[in-house]
Amino acid sequence: MADPFTSFTSRTVVLREENIDTDQIIPARFLTTTERGGLGKLAFHDWRYDAQGRDNPHCVLNRIAPCAHRILVAGHNFGCGSSREHAPWALADFGFRAVVSTGIADIFTANALKNGLLPVAIDQASWRDLAARPGENATVDLETCELRFGNHVAKFTVDPFARRCLLDGVDTIGWLMGRLPQIEAFEGRVR
Amino acid sequence: MPSPQPRTLFEKVWDAHLVEPEAQDRPAVLYVDLHLIHEVTSPQAFQVLKERGLKVRRPGRTFATLDHSTPTNNERSYVSEEAESQVRKLEENCREHGIALEGWDSDNRGVVHVMAPELGLTLPGSVVVCGDSHTATHGAFGALAFGIGTSEVGHVLATQCLLQRRPKTLRVTVDGKLQPGVGAKDLALAIIAALGTGGGTGSVVEYTGEAIHALDMEGRMTVCNMSIELGARAGMIAPDATTIAWLKGRKHAPKDFDAAAARWTALASDDGAQFDREIHIHADMIEPMATWGTTPDTGIAIGTNVPGENKRALDYMGMEAGQRIEDAAVDVVFIGSCTNGRLSDLRTAAAVLRGRKVSARVRALIVPGSEAVKRAAEAEGLHEIFLAAGAEWRQPGCSMCIAMNGDIVAPGQLAVSTSNRNFEGRQGPGARTVLASPATAAASALEGHIADPRPYLEAAHG
Repeated sequence: MADPFTSFTSRTVVLREENIDTDQIIPARFLTTTERGGLGKLAFHDWRYDAQGRDNPHCVLNRIAPCAHRILVAGHNFGCGSSREHAPWALADFGFRAVVSTGIADIFTANALKNGLLPVAIDQASWRDLAARPGENATVDLETCELRFGNHVAKFTVDPFARRCLLDGVDTIGWLMGRLPQIEAFEGRVR
Repeated sequence: MPSPQPRTLFEKVWDAHLVEPEAQDRPAVLYVDLHLIHEVTSPQAFQVLKERGLKVRRPGRTFATLDHSTPTNNERSYVSEEAESQVRKLEENCREHGIALEGWDSDNRGVVHVMAPELGLTLPGSVVVCGDSHTATHGAFGALAFGIGTSEVGHVLATQCLLQRRPKTLRVTVDGKLQPGVGAKDLALAIIAALGTGGGTGSVVEYTGEAIHALDMEGRMTVCNMSIELGARAGMIAPDATTIAWLKGRKHAPKDFDAAAARWTALASDDGAQFDREIHIHADMIEPMATWGTTPDTGIAIGTNVPGENKRALDYMGMEAGQRIEDAAVDVVFIGSCTNGRLSDLRTAAAVLRGRKVSARVRALIVPGSEAVKRAAEAEGLHEIFLAAGAEWRQPGCSMCIAMNGDIVAPGQLAVSTSNRNFEGRQGPGARTVLASPATAAASALEGHIADPRPYLEAAHG
């Protein structure tokens, strides 16, 4: 059981770049770990630190308190590239609970939904308004599938099954285990 | 029962693997025939099984190899203790759960997407998954093959199934013929440049047309491999005589081969089958390609100028808007990976390098995709051509494509790479990556700048 995900309000962090790939979110050289936890310190590592490991003062992620900024607003086609689930693990461990973009890559979306990190794809006009006010509060409401900020309300869609799992705090492996009779019947029929 | 509706290749494979179709409130339960695992994306999945007291339900349907974190030096010295312990972890997990591993002692070990087809594990009409986005490679055989995350690796281990929504379909028809000296990699880069890195999101691509069916299996694998660089879930090519001839006699090919081959031929999309989207590409127009930016859709023809649309990417790459792409000086050349680490790729590189010397400013690494590729290349003496040219001939692995085993490009250096991704830092922090074909990479190694391979290939082929 995970904690149920219903709605929350937090400040945003804005990374306007398009096509932020999972190698940016967590570089491959850190993937030799065999653990899921503790990857937040590596999130956007090469954006946050220089070659000597010093903070990059220009990177907005170094200028925020992660627990107060749980909504990452990012440019189009977020999460493209490698299928590494380490990417949502790192973002969730860093403190994010939602990623808002105008387009989010398929595998990243599937991975994020299994880790309490909500992928929120909204229309371009709403995204522009949201990105124009970095650091302000927004509310991500999974019950109503709405993102609210200022006077704006942007609708988003989430796969109904994934939404149910998040709202109830259940994960999908348990549900899939419940289909074993059907899986065995399929194997008997076809294989 | 035959369906009255004409169906696409994808739909035939999808329908045949539905344990339960999707409904509004739940995804389909899709059966997985072949599950491939490697050391990087599997340990946390085995950990979940352990935490829940679950077993691997069908260990005979999962195959493992070592490729990502593994050293490619002859001494087999790891980049870190953590990399070595990750490999040990996979060995342990495979032993504990009865999973076949093509490990260090195996003659079959290789990059997962090179090895599985070689062994005949990848079959037309099957569903193939792996915790690796380049799993789309296997679609070259008419399999539905796609990358999954580690949670889903756990799902497959525990149930042999995945929860999936049915993707959309996109048909890419490549008409005409590729010019001499232009290969599958150039075609893949041209398709990605036409559609953009997000152009295939939510879709399974079927590649078809004269130029696709003229490709050999290795070329088809190169094209399908890069489907993820369009954002596509998978890429597929209908099985034909080329596919069947390639599979015949492979270790895991079906015993009743002729009957299986007849079923495979029937997988082709029916006349009148509907795709959600269609595009056409003209093969004759494609020239040798090289990328200038930090996304795989930035391929341009060699001989043209770098566009000025993305300052961040230009600055990162050390390129200037309007410069000739050939004027970019090259420090490293990498020939290998699941995109271009097969025997035909190495033969092409050898044709360019034969009797010539790699530029003094270039470090050239040639990394076979598998032990089998390495053996075959050495049997033909290709390694001697590479070594005589001044290139390194290394052990099989992912190597400098993902740069997590210590094979890295130094900050600010520019690599011409036959791999699949040119993202910032992909080949090492601050490394600059230009994606190109094996022929272009080899020609660039000789000249020390990005170079058109055609003069060398023409000379080689008389």
